[in-house]
Amino acid sequence: MTEGLHGELQKHGVFTTTLEGIHNWGRRNSVWPLQFGLACCAIEMIATSMARYDLARFGAEVFRPSPRQADLMIVAGTVTKKMAPQVVRLYNQMPEPKYVIAMGACAISGGPFKQGYNVLKGIDRFLPVDVHIPGCPPRPEALLHAFMTLQRQIDRQKLTGDERPRHLRAEAPSEYPVPQFGKKDLTPGKNAAVWSPPVSTRSG
Amino acid sequence: MDESVTVLKRIEEALPEAAVSRVINPSPSGQHSLLVEPKDLLAVARFLRDDPQLGYDFLSNLTGVDWLDRTVKNKVKKIEIREGEETEVDVVEEQQIPGCLEVVFHLYSLSRKQGPLILRTRTVNRTDRVALPSLVSVWRSAEFQEREVYDLYGVVFEGHPDLRRLLMWDEFEDHPMRKDYIEPDDYEYEPTPHGRVLEKLDRS
Amino acid sequence: MPVPEFDPPTAATGYSLKQREGEEGELLEISMGPHHPSTHGVFRMDVALEGERVVRLKPVFGYLHRNHEKIAEEVTWLSSMPYTDRLDYFNSMTNNWAYALSVETLAGIEPTERAEYIRVIVAELTRLLNHTCLIGFLVMDMGALGTPLMYAFREREKILDLFEALSGSRMMCNYLRFGGCRCDLPADWLTEMNRFLGEFDRFLDDYEKLLTGNEILQARTQQVGSLPAELAISAGVSGPMLRASGVGYDIRKVDRYGIYDRFDFRVPLGEVGDVYDRYMIRILEMRESLGILRQAARDLPEGPIVNSKARLRGFRPKPGEAYGRIEAPKGELGFYLISDGSPQPYRYRVRPPSLVNLTVLEDMCLGHTVADVVVILGSVDIVLGEVDR
Repeated sequence: MTEGLHGELQKHGVFTTTLEGIHNWGRRNSVWPLQFGLACCAIEMIATSMARYDLARFGAEVFRPSPRQADLMIVAGTVTKKMAPQVVRLYNQMPEPKYVIAMGACAISGGPFKQGYNVLKGIDRFLPVDVHIPGCPPRPEALLHAFMTLQRQIDRQKLTGDERPRHLRAEAPSEYPVPQFGKKDLTPGKNAAVWSPPVSTRSG
Repeated sequence: MDESVTVLKRIEEALPEAAVSRVINPSPSGQHSLLVEPKDLLAVARFLRDDPQLGYDFLSNLTGVDWLDRTVKNKVKKIEIREGEETEVDVVEEQQIPGCLEVVFHLYSLSRKQGPLILRTRTVNRTDRVALPSLVSVWRSAEFQEREVYDLYGVVFEGHPDLRRLLMWDEFEDHPMRKDYIEPDDYEYEPTPHGRVLEKLDRS
Repeated sequence: MPVPEFDPPTAATGYSLKQREGEEGELLEISMGPHHPSTHGVFRMDVALEGERVVRLKPVFGYLHRNHEKIAEEVTWLSSMPYTDRLDYFNSMTNNWAYALSVETLAGIEPTERAEYIRVIVAELTRLLNHTCLIGFLVMDMGALGTPLMYAFREREKILDLFEALSGSRMMCNYLRFGGCRCDLPADWLTEMNRFLGEFDRFLDDYEKLLTGNEILQARTQQVGSLPAELAISAGVSGPMLRASGVGYDIRKVDRYGIYDRFDFRVPLGEVGDVYDRYMIRILEMRESLGILRQAARDLPEGPIVNSKARLRGFRPKPGEAYGRIEAPKGELGFYLISDGSPQPYRYRVRPPSLVNLTVLEDMCLGHTVADVVVILGSVDIVLGEVDR
């Protein structure tokens, strides 16, 4: 169907779309986040869902306490090594399609607590992250921006072809291995299938 | 009148066999403390709580301090005979101070609105003789704080009803707040902290 | 107040699930948390139930142990100030104050007059912020999803607007410095604050109309989680929880730190020490805080904002130690610092009110139902950033 015909039909009150378009439109506007706060950022996450910032405008006000009913995990705060196995477990329990927003400096990289012996240096060592938000803590506007970024990502998803997202490919993993508590550290310390350390080249 | 002086006098009257001495704090805060031998700690603590003149009923803070083995260089003036004449010479004397784990208590009296009275007690060394009596039977607030000191410093509190790790997981082996603790090497590319961790690893 | 004459009950020994003879499978052990909608963060309780009654409850900590104390021993004295913001992340200003007060005690620095007044103002605003949000969360745990918390967060946003104008950041203000504050009040800030105080008065009336006489709230809170005064003192409970049990001990009155002796305010006390008392104490404290704020705004003097003798860079206090404490919204927040004369603290200890107040959680919950456990925990007022540090 051409653009012209589409416009012409719309003038007469007939709306045409593709299956992919309506599928993504529906998904994009009813993302249910997991009610899952870790640290300081969780308070800003709550603030985002409250009256002034009103996350409900984006169809995401339904915070579900159970991972079985949630599509989006907002990793809001410092992930400690003691907490990391539970975070991965919660992610594994979420049904596909599922998305992850790493909110705040700690969830991205450990942030100000990076030197800590019990702090995981970024949740993307164990989970595939869709959107990162910097800030300590990010303002609610930043979370809204991240949310809109995620919506745009969902909008671009293909239902068929090689560029299908993970949840439409049978061979792609939906669950990730849960790290175990070791004597000194988590074992393993990272999931190589998800994350590899960036190579930095320094002169001298 | 400094509180530690009056309390010390009172302890000496009532418990003549207890080994308690005063530790001078040189800082402007002027919070001097009482050093109690571990064997007398329980008796002194009970006395401080139950004595109607003192009434220290509120254990506010209980924490550990790690003192490493160290050498202190003292400049001492000595009179030497050189070439038949008596001259004053500065001699540097090295003094070996053995390390210990110290537990510090901050007591308040809610009824008399007095405080803080600072008690401290020391283990024999940092390795095998690290047991101290538990004060949970005197002040309940010691319960979690002693568990924390056990977790982070490795002080074993004898008589604690439920001495487990408080913050780290049970399989964890080290005592991370000790000064010679080596963090796991899980930094990837940040120059500054990474360098420090490697330095520590080299030293070990 | 008499000195308590008793040996405090010790916690249950052992950790294995005991079964009575012939009653196999009667106890149910559940793990609440670390992911649970009403544990106020990543807090876990191992609960053993007999029917619906709690027979054992063991808190499990450490899921937010971010090594604040260890990091503070590796950075300079001033660098710890932004970390204190993240201890109790509702109340960054009072955390700053506790740390600044301890360092000032350690190094013998006097804050300036104007800075003292501004500290009182921001601390009392923080108290309003903490108590409103706490009550919002408390009634949310009882099933009032949304409405009271929405009201609380509406007021919180107004306070955060004031903090943002003052310090540039909403939550993590990093505003206090040794010997004063970082910057002076912006123009018209006091006018804005006075306008807010008027609005907050009306909000408190509305809040009380909505909640205090509410039958459901009274049924869920009265005679739930009672805490006797002797146990509270022995367990080191502080802050509104201690006062709800009828012990008149407010560090603002006792230590008179800062300039609290210049203000006229009362210390509300509870009688029974149940959840309802703890709720009422917080409502009453907010009203007293409003009075303090009005007095401080009226008397605020002109002058320098920071003591010119206090050094921020290259700050090395003399060897020694100090313990400083303030009445934070959650209780006695103290910092125990040891300096060895180097640019970093030798020992840096936070005395967390939330952790110590949790000592009596099991005692308060025994015999109550699971639904009450959530309410009792909510009334303790914990923030995990401070519990685990």
